[in-house]
Amino acid sequence: MVKLLSVLSISMIPVMISIILLHGSLHKIELYDAFVEGAGEGFKTAIRIMPYLVAVFLAVGIFRESGAMDLFTQLLAPVTNFMGIPEEVLPLVLMRPISGSGALGVVQDLVGTYGPDSFIGRVASTMMGSAETIFYTMGIYFGAIAVKNTRHTLAAALVSHLAAVVASVVVCTLIFR
Amino acid sequence: MMNIMWVSMILIGIFVALMKGQLDIVNQVVINHTQEAVVFAIGLIGIMSVWLGLMKIAERSGLIDSIGRLMGPMVRLLFPEVPPNHPAISAMVMNLAANMFGAGNSATALGLKAMEELQQLNTKKERATNAMCMFLVINMSSVQLVPLTVLKIRSDAGSANPAEIIGTTLIATTVSTIVGILACKILERNR
Repeated sequence: MVKLLSVLSISMIPVMISIILLHGSLHKIELYDAFVEGAGEGFKTAIRIMPYLVAVFLAVGIFRESGAMDLFTQLLAPVTNFMGIPEEVLPLVLMRPISGSGALGVVQDLVGTYGPDSFIGRVASTMMGSAETIFYTMGIYFGAIAVKNTRHTLAAALVSHLAAVVASVVVCTLIFR
Repeated sequence: MMNIMWVSMILIGIFVALMKGQLDIVNQVVINHTQEAVVFAIGLIGIMSVWLGLMKIAERSGLIDSIGRLMGPMVRLLFPEVPPNHPAISAMVMNLAANMFGAGNSATALGLKAMEELQQLNTKKERATNAMCMFLVINMSSVQLVPLTVLKIRSDAGSANPAEIIGTTLIATTVSTIVGILACKILERNR
């Protein structure tokens, strides 16, 4: 199963490229010309998101490196304990929506401290795989099209993140305990 | 919301660094992390160009229309205001596929393309549409089928079965995606 999924993962991009090219040649498209024409837009888009990337990296960097993140975690511990979320994975719960690489660091730390096959290790691994970085994604995607009023996106994303956290704990409890 | 979060993260961070007497950390971040951001953006130019080039081919060959038709029923349910056959649909579908198979940068390129297409349907350009919110929430809650980096960390740490978390991850991510979609549908009613 894992093997099959890994093979699928590796072949995804080549397959997508092949389908597009084959479909294009069947329909007698000038492939090379169309590609170059479209690719010209790539530079513009990447440059357009640069200021948003700098803004997000700056805020996340200062918040994390200063130790404010850790402080925040300590403050919230009673709340999540109440919800049945193990205190040890709390830094991950908070870090995951903010910074992907930061969250990976926390997982590495938890898995190293408690062991990969401990309950904490399994919950942390599950949580890491089942959530995404909200702050970064929203900053970049909305930034690229200059949307300022993001409406309910953040609220819905946080609700979904919380669901991922609770589901990770519940599923790991049911399966591994 | 982004405004408040952004400002508070920076100011709280600076304040904490000040209290700890480690203000130089802030200086380090200002130099190093911002440089990382620029390197990342520039690195994205290549992959962005590849996918925008391929999308242009797919647009001319009619592949984009076909994907739109194929996904029709699901799209009508999730994104009722996106017309069938709109190029936004195939960009969104390809973004989610790339995401699931762990092609992070390709996913970003396709996702940005999808947002641009959705923006063309937007009548109030500074305000997100329902479709944009829904797309981003699905995007942020649906993840890699095989979380390779997590597996690597687990096997490095000597796990007896590093891959045992794939099943639990899939269940948890499915739950979070469904909850996210429902949350979007409920919240989008208050305008």
